[in-house]
Amino acid sequence: MSSRAPVPLKPQDAPQPAAWERVQLARHPQRPFTLDYLRLAFSDFLELHGDRVVGDDAAIVGGLAVLGGRTVMVIGHQKGRDTRENVLRRFGMARPSGQRKAVRLMRHAEKFGIPLVTLIDIPGADPSLMAEEGGQAFSIAENLLAMVRLRVPLISVIIGEGGSGGALALGLGDRVLMLENAIYSVASPEAAASILWKDGARGPEAAEALKITALDLLGFGIIDDIVPEPPGGAHTDHGAAAAALQSALAAQLSALAEQPVDELLERRASRYRAIGVFHG
Amino acid sequence: MRNLFRKEPPYVTMPGRARSTSPDAGAGGESLWVRCENERCRELLYVREFENNLQVCHKCQHHARVAARQRVRQLVDDGSFAEHDAELAPADPLDFDAAGESYTERLTAAAAKTGEREAAIGGSATLDGVPLELVVLDFGFMGASMGSVVGEKIARAADRAGERRSALVTVSASGGARMHEGIFSLMQMAKTVTALAALGATATPHIAVLVDPTLGGVTASYAGVGDILIAEQGALIGFAGPRVIEQITKQKLPPDAQRAAFLLEHGMIDLVVERRELRPTLGRLLRLYSTVTARSAVHARP
Repeated sequence: MSSRAPVPLKPQDAPQPAAWERVQLARHPQRPFTLDYLRLAFSDFLELHGDRVVGDDAAIVGGLAVLGGRTVMVIGHQKGRDTRENVLRRFGMARPSGQRKAVRLMRHAEKFGIPLVTLIDIPGADPSLMAEEGGQAFSIAENLLAMVRLRVPLISVIIGEGGSGGALALGLGDRVLMLENAIYSVASPEAAASILWKDGARGPEAAEALKITALDLLGFGIIDDIVPEPPGGAHTDHGAAAAALQSALAAQLSALAEQPVDELLERRASRYRAIGVFHG
Repeated sequence: MRNLFRKEPPYVTMPGRARSTSPDAGAGGESLWVRCENERCRELLYVREFENNLQVCHKCQHHARVAARQRVRQLVDDGSFAEHDAELAPADPLDFDAAGESYTERLTAAAAKTGEREAAIGGSATLDGVPLELVVLDFGFMGASMGSVVGEKIARAADRAGERRSALVTVSASGGARMHEGIFSLMQMAKTVTALAALGATATPHIAVLVDPTLGGVTASYAGVGDILIAEQGALIGFAGPRVIEQITKQKLPPDAQRAAFLLEHGMIDLVVERRELRPTLGRLLRLYSTVTARSAVHARP
């Protein structure tokens, strides 16, 4: 446990910010991104590149690192800090090549029994013709299948934006955590508003109606825990945000490492097989 | 040059109900004729002939959308379909009622329009005497978006297929996620793929048929990981829909982008078939797998 970790969140303490405020915090340009956490919460990170087929999608980064004395594989979406970098990284909007790089690294982790940590921060999968030509939908589906079967512990953390299938493509954790101001949604609020009301400007209403905050998702049982952020949000103190993430991950990794892998897979399958609300 | 073609796209994907060639077009008024919904064709079609031709225009080969129950009749042996899980009905997990959009009202309207309780129909049937588990989505029910009931029906069909060692055939047409169920809708992608992973461990095949249109979280989950992927001729298939891509990228898409032939060309699917060839093709596949399933199951890796 790091002494820099902020006090745990107490939902009942104070009125919570509106969903739209969380959206702004989750998208804050100075918010720590995957590579910031890899620098601050992990040690000895070595980035591994390429999907071994066509290229290396800069919107997804991955590689080996150490956390709590354990070697882990980390895969995460990477946003750019400025315009030039975002041209390269497309705000973390992964393409099929990135999804395939992720699967390649998952299989690598599995081969060596290395636990997998995924850091999710994607507005949504890249909506472009190039992504469609590369089989965006099929690559996401293959990622899901790979994670269901992956014979190592898997922890997924939504660190910023958890947008649609692009987020889920790294998200089938044995444990799923969210940072306090992260959002996790079936579609970006603007996209949902456009579908629901043919009006993308009604994002704030969609954000509220879709129930996308960490507290909402904890209440639904979709996520297991909330990682607290420093007052004002993770962008105000990258060190403190990383320390909180580090202690949360270390605790979960130790717990999961105890479990026989067959039981782990059975629990993972039961968890996702059970999600849904219906009558009958 | 490209702009010339863009003026009239080959297939209008969201035709108005009134001029639609869907099976209920003649209901009530008992019209004997329908117009082909392909804007470049607009042929007047005799309803009976059109139905006999599986709702494919005899002139331009445009494949009109088919309601789920009609599709079941087209695909399996007469009288062999035994529906399962018909009692499953949607709930409203988010209490979604915002800015004039109420989920419960939308569900009521969709049920009235289609006569279905939800957007998926699942059951056991035979095709040329070979047993199969079948799930068909009904695009008329809220764009066959995948909420909890659709996900559960697919998962249960996969479970049954595994228990009975009968092939699973899914026929999907869907706009993707059901916004009104929020995160529960997204999680149906995880759920259906989880069920398919278990089915895969028994070496029982999943044949995924993608018809017009299949998009978003449906293509990106169970429908995208079929052991065999079949697209119906002309079907629009992808993750992001063309309207979204054009809006965001300000890029005009070529008219054939994301159509079945485009996917075949890019190596994403196994086969493109005309509607009349769909049933015989499924029949051939079921026969081919019927001789290998039992033996392979012994070697199946979990």
